[in-house]
Amino acid sequence: MNGVTNIEEYKGVFVFAQQVDNVVSGIALELIGKGKSLAADLNTEVTAVLAGSGIKDQADRLAAYGADKVILIDDPELKEYRTEPYTHALASVIEKYKPEIFLVGATAIGRDLAPRVCARVHTGLTADCTQLDIGDFPINPIPGREQKHNQLLMTRPAFGGNTIATIACPDYRPQMATVRPGVMQKLPKNEGAKANIEEFNPGFTPNHNYVEITEVVKSVADVVDIMDAKILVSGGRGVGGPENFYMLDDLARAIGGTVSCSRAVVDAGWKPKDMQVGQTGKTVRPNLYIAVGISGAIQHLAGMEESDIIIAINKDETAPIFEVADYGIVGDYKKILPALTEKMAAEIAAKEK
Amino acid sequence: MKIVVCIKQVPDTKGGVKFNPDGTLDRGAMLTIMNPDDKAGLEAALRLKDQYGAEVTVITMGLPKAEDVLREAIAMGADKGVLVTDRVLGGADTWATSQTLAGAIRNLEYDLIITGRQAIDGDTAQVGPQLSEHLNIPVISYAQDIKIDENTGTVTVQRQYDDRYHILKTQMPCLITALAELNEPRYMTPGGIFDACKAEITVWGRDKLNGVDDSNLGLKGSPTQIAKASDKVRKGAGEKVNLDPAASVDYIIGKLKEKHVL
Repeated sequence: MNGVTNIEEYKGVFVFAQQVDNVVSGIALELIGKGKSLAADLNTEVTAVLAGSGIKDQADRLAAYGADKVILIDDPELKEYRTEPYTHALASVIEKYKPEIFLVGATAIGRDLAPRVCARVHTGLTADCTQLDIGDFPINPIPGREQKHNQLLMTRPAFGGNTIATIACPDYRPQMATVRPGVMQKLPKNEGAKANIEEFNPGFTPNHNYVEITEVVKSVADVVDIMDAKILVSGGRGVGGPENFYMLDDLARAIGGTVSCSRAVVDAGWKPKDMQVGQTGKTVRPNLYIAVGISGAIQHLAGMEESDIIIAINKDETAPIFEVADYGIVGDYKKILPALTEKMAAEIAAKEK
Repeated sequence: MKIVVCIKQVPDTKGGVKFNPDGTLDRGAMLTIMNPDDKAGLEAALRLKDQYGAEVTVITMGLPKAEDVLREAIAMGADKGVLVTDRVLGGADTWATSQTLAGAIRNLEYDLIITGRQAIDGDTAQVGPQLSEHLNIPVISYAQDIKIDENTGTVTVQRQYDDRYHILKTQMPCLITALAELNEPRYMTPGGIFDACKAEITVWGRDKLNGVDDSNLGLKGSPTQIAKASDKVRKGAGEKVNLDPAASVDYIIGKLKEKHVL
């Protein structure tokens, strides 16, 4: 029989409170939000694991968004993210506190950290989840096989977004998942909440697995994160070149939106990676997504098809983007966008009067 | 220097995606390819070989037909191919896969292991970091640029995050995961194809895996289990119009008003 033998000792929902430059990331709050509903189903609590150097002041923010408890691991070795000390931190927390569920954001940090942690503690990990539920495994009873209750059912896209699979981890603990940013909802902020902090330090002794950071280079990026934008004007290869993006910028400015792009645009070097929507970029769910010159590769669709309203403008009437668009316009964006910008601005101005 | 590159044969979901009339994936109509991130990893290894001199071994775990990607890799310039295949390895999740690869790689000498960041079928990006943990070596994922200092035995890598990159330095042996954006993989050469045809592929079964317990292999050794899988149902196309530019603008504005966005 494989698996852990003391499964009932594992209790509670833990989330990794990712921070960058000592500011808790949005994903941490989203995980707490989701963790609360899972914890309610399991009649347990949500604990946020906050690791870094000089980050104690962030704990109240985690409490304000619903964390029942914060485990604080404050150590100079954790100043910038590095795989090994963070793996040691999380694996030590799991060893000591034995959570039944451990959630990590599917960010560039989380997707590096979570697999190394799960390999160290010997448990399963499900990547890039878009839905988490508590339920039975197997989902339907199978004669002669035990149906386990109160399992974490982790749902994720696979095959480039073409299929969805629901995964369970019935015999090992914790049940670990990375969760795609922008999918779960954070709770309303409870101003003035004070964190219930437990300080923990497993000791950090550098060894051969500690890599050395010789330089940190921050790109001067667009200040608005495309994941937070309510309206996105998104450009693809069909825009033709970086010099044409001003038309998208103008439209975005007129309607209070933000410009994003497809992978082809990033690969061509026209726009930076943090503006990229899609499987290997960011998942977005704006109220309005205007796709300009985007053909709609399956990997792109996976990152934006949950948008409330999708408008696609493309010269090629067979472009796959039209398969998910609510309103598809076959035509040359260069002739449409400037006039659209002008008319939209006029409509908005008229409305504000 | 000895470099091991892990590669995977995957269905071609990029560009060549075929759908059934009901909108589900037509797997039978799809070709197999070398996973793009892995190909970038192989290219990175071949560039290090060009620059510093290295022996590049490609390794894959899969069905016997996965031998094809090993031959493709040799045709691009890899020196040796190892196929890990055995019925008992089937149904492996990322834990069992990384255990299997670790068991095979323990038989090889290496200074550097390169894997693709993720495969386009599973998209998990887990096997590389898990493998590094099993072998107890440092990992640097999402590599954008790789430099070797042969004198000190160190590798310096540019590693991408959302809004920044880190320059990381570590002692070899270590494991690096590569992104398809890292480089433009070379084509197979006629000489390489000739080499690939006559190259002997090493085939290892379960008995050749070193330091791995049976309880960590295949479906039985996989902590994660599939509860349910289904083809994704898309919400479907809405309206599509082909109008002159002015009418297109009016159409969009009309729809946004109808939906109360404007």
